[in-house]
Amino acid sequence: MDILANLAMGFEIAASPYTLLLAVIGCFVGTIIGALPGLGPSNGVALLIPISFSMGLDAISALVLLTSVYYGAMYGGRISSILLNIPGDEPAMMTTLDGYPMARQGKAGEALVISGVASFVGAFLATIGLMIFAPYLAQVAFQFGPAEYFALYMLAFCTLGGIGSNNQAKAALAAAIGLAIAMIGMDQTTGMPRFTFGEMHLMDGVDFLVAIVGLFAVAEVFFFIETHGKDSAIGVKLGKILVPWRMLKDTTGAMLRGTGIGFVAGVLPGAGASLGSFLAYMAEKSSARDKSTFGKGNPRGVAAPEAGNNAAAGGALVPMLTLGVPGSGTTAVLLALLLTLNITPGPLLFTERPEVVWSLIAALLIANVVLLLMNVPMVKVFVHILSVPAWILLPGVTMVAFVGIYSLTGSSYDMLMMVGFGALGYIMRKLDIPTVPVILGILLGNAMEDNLRRAMVLSNGDWTFLFSTPIAIGLWIAALAGFLAPIFLRKVLKTPPLPETDPSLNED
Amino acid sequence: MKYLSRAAIAALMTSAAIPAAAEECIAPANPGGGWDFTCRQVGRILTELGEVPNMVQVTNLSGAGGGVAYTHVVGDRNDDPEVFVAASSATTTRLAQNAFAGATADQVRWVGSIGGDPGVIVVANDAPYQNLNDLVEAVKADPSKVAFAGGSAVGGFDHLKVLMMLDKAGFTEARQVKYIGLDGGADAITQTVGGFAQAMTGDLSEITGFIRSGDVRPIAVLSEERVAGFDDVPTAKEQGVDIVAMNWRGVYVPKDISDERYNEWVEMLKKVGASEQWQSIMAENGLAPYDIFGAEFETFVADNIAQIQAVSKEIGLLK
Repeated sequence: MDILANLAMGFEIAASPYTLLLAVIGCFVGTIIGALPGLGPSNGVALLIPISFSMGLDAISALVLLTSVYYGAMYGGRISSILLNIPGDEPAMMTTLDGYPMARQGKAGEALVISGVASFVGAFLATIGLMIFAPYLAQVAFQFGPAEYFALYMLAFCTLGGIGSNNQAKAALAAAIGLAIAMIGMDQTTGMPRFTFGEMHLMDGVDFLVAIVGLFAVAEVFFFIETHGKDSAIGVKLGKILVPWRMLKDTTGAMLRGTGIGFVAGVLPGAGASLGSFLAYMAEKSSARDKSTFGKGNPRGVAAPEAGNNAAAGGALVPMLTLGVPGSGTTAVLLALLLTLNITPGPLLFTERPEVVWSLIAALLIANVVLLLMNVPMVKVFVHILSVPAWILLPGVTMVAFVGIYSLTGSSYDMLMMVGFGALGYIMRKLDIPTVPVILGILLGNAMEDNLRRAMVLSNGDWTFLFSTPIAIGLWIAALAGFLAPIFLRKVLKTPPLPETDPSLNED
Repeated sequence: MKYLSRAAIAALMTSAAIPAAAEECIAPANPGGGWDFTCRQVGRILTELGEVPNMVQVTNLSGAGGGVAYTHVVGDRNDDPEVFVAASSATTTRLAQNAFAGATADQVRWVGSIGGDPGVIVVANDAPYQNLNDLVEAVKADPSKVAFAGGSAVGGFDHLKVLMMLDKAGFTEARQVKYIGLDGGADAITQTVGGFAQAMTGDLSEITGFIRSGDVRPIAVLSEERVAGFDDVPTAKEQGVDIVAMNWRGVYVPKDISDERYNEWVEMLKKVGASEQWQSIMAENGLAPYDIFGAEFETFVADNIAQIQAVSKEIGLLK
């Protein structure tokens, strides 16, 4: 029972009244940062690092504060997704698909409670998974080379069909737009800038936050202006807010499945929380009997991606702590924080600095409980956002979006680009083309291309290298199944195979 | 709710505001990276030594691998006596490859370097290569069989280390060297331990954990002398390959400040480099001494850039 003894040690260090206070503050600030479009977990944590320095916090207190902000932002992202159809951060993108329709039906409170509980389940179980399995899971990263990663990203794109739209070609078109945008910037395999037209702001590529805030927040504002808010959730009459026990019970399975998928996606460096929530949602949708209700306000479509993204956030800490490889943008910032505190994550961290690791884990557990206690009662406060008159709320959202994007790099260029994305988002909505695949393309496009080209460098251009290991073959089969199943098997089978890495598919 | 969120934003934004009339250090990247580290530590030590009257303001100005900060200083702050900017090998590499939209190294004044992160070449623990010469021979025998992984893109400093090392060792076919660029040293290590790449190059500080855990075996460190704490790792020089590749940590200042002010900066940086605080920071972070200041440093930068340009031309990055 080493784990329990270690955990007790962690709590001893992390659970002083002062650090608990920091946790509460961090959770609150984090929730708000997460809910504001443009400010997500990664820039939230990045903005707070200098503050924690100027407050003169010691290593443990700084860790508690910033992990609370991190998890807080992961929880908070869902709030604006559900209420305004504007994801507060990129992993909360999938929550808009069913969360916003629920809000339009007057079920905003239920959606917020379910997603809050799902966030807790995902994050809590992932933290326990981190505690028990971290040293073993570190080995998984060694099994994933360029070919395996490429197959993993293919799996994500193959399951895209039919997301948020019934027209697969439109989803594919949107994904292609995203992939094209991802090509902008410095090419890692040749060191040459592409499609930058000599513009230095494009050298690092298009920041997905700029795209997401433009495509969702700005486009939403345009759309609202056109329709005078007829279809929006703002001003919808809300029922009395009670804890929807029945709905929670019905979505337990979705939460647990989402947690499992999200955690695995998080553990793989380079996949991250967005892929976790995406795969969790697609798996839940394709295994459901009532597929047609997804995208129209199915509570399970809220529970699965929220559990998935929070579990992935926990899972991403595994490669970050054991290998020093950040699994997502936010863990990259946390990694930087650890380095500035003179803590070097790596294979020896668990044995050399157990006090750091276990107090971090204790801090995560504390933050989670604080967040659950804070979030569920606060649903009542959050839903009041919808009673704010639109002429105050929408200018406010627009302002926050501009401030958030400006804070990314401090350049007005990003803000102009954001407005451009807003126009694109508006046109796409008019044509009924889903915008989620665009973001997915921007998020994963670079990594997918880099891995393909690394694979080609390693194999001297031999394409069979992509199918040379059992893991890669398994992922390809899953991808193929995910792509073909909805097309051919829809009528034959009631429940098509799960588009995830099923070990039983590894027979080849 | 709205008031609280506004208050939160206001609090966040003040951290980015720029007050006038105080020394300011521009870190050309987001908080947490190497440049940010240089700014914060140098700024803190300057204040502690009493060299500056008030706290040094750190401004993060990220973008284009330092290019946004560089053009900002050249274009808008060219005679600002209070500003200095963190720099490293990555800055000169990008300048050499003309990646800063036409800006050149002589548009600023280079103050000095106060430490360096030694380059290192490692192989997986079970790899057949026992020393640097084994690896070089393997590349010479069949370059398509040895892939190097590194934490920078093609043409970045990690890639150049490999090419310059092989060049000194007598293998000049730079285009045939297999290199895959990953996002950072730790990522490159996992690809090497996993057997996807045969060797890895990076900065020593990035991978000390993996060396001590025995996952990888260092076969050469690219510094003048062996590094304290890693005394059993031989230098490339000892093994007959005359290469030193240090990722130096230093600063530059705007071009049009007075010579007097430039000399003040050099003196201040010298004092920081010699301070006890900096020595202990170097030891904690795996940095090795690498002191070059003033005119000598300006020459070093110019030579460094000429060397990188020569290699970049060989691999087709520059024409």
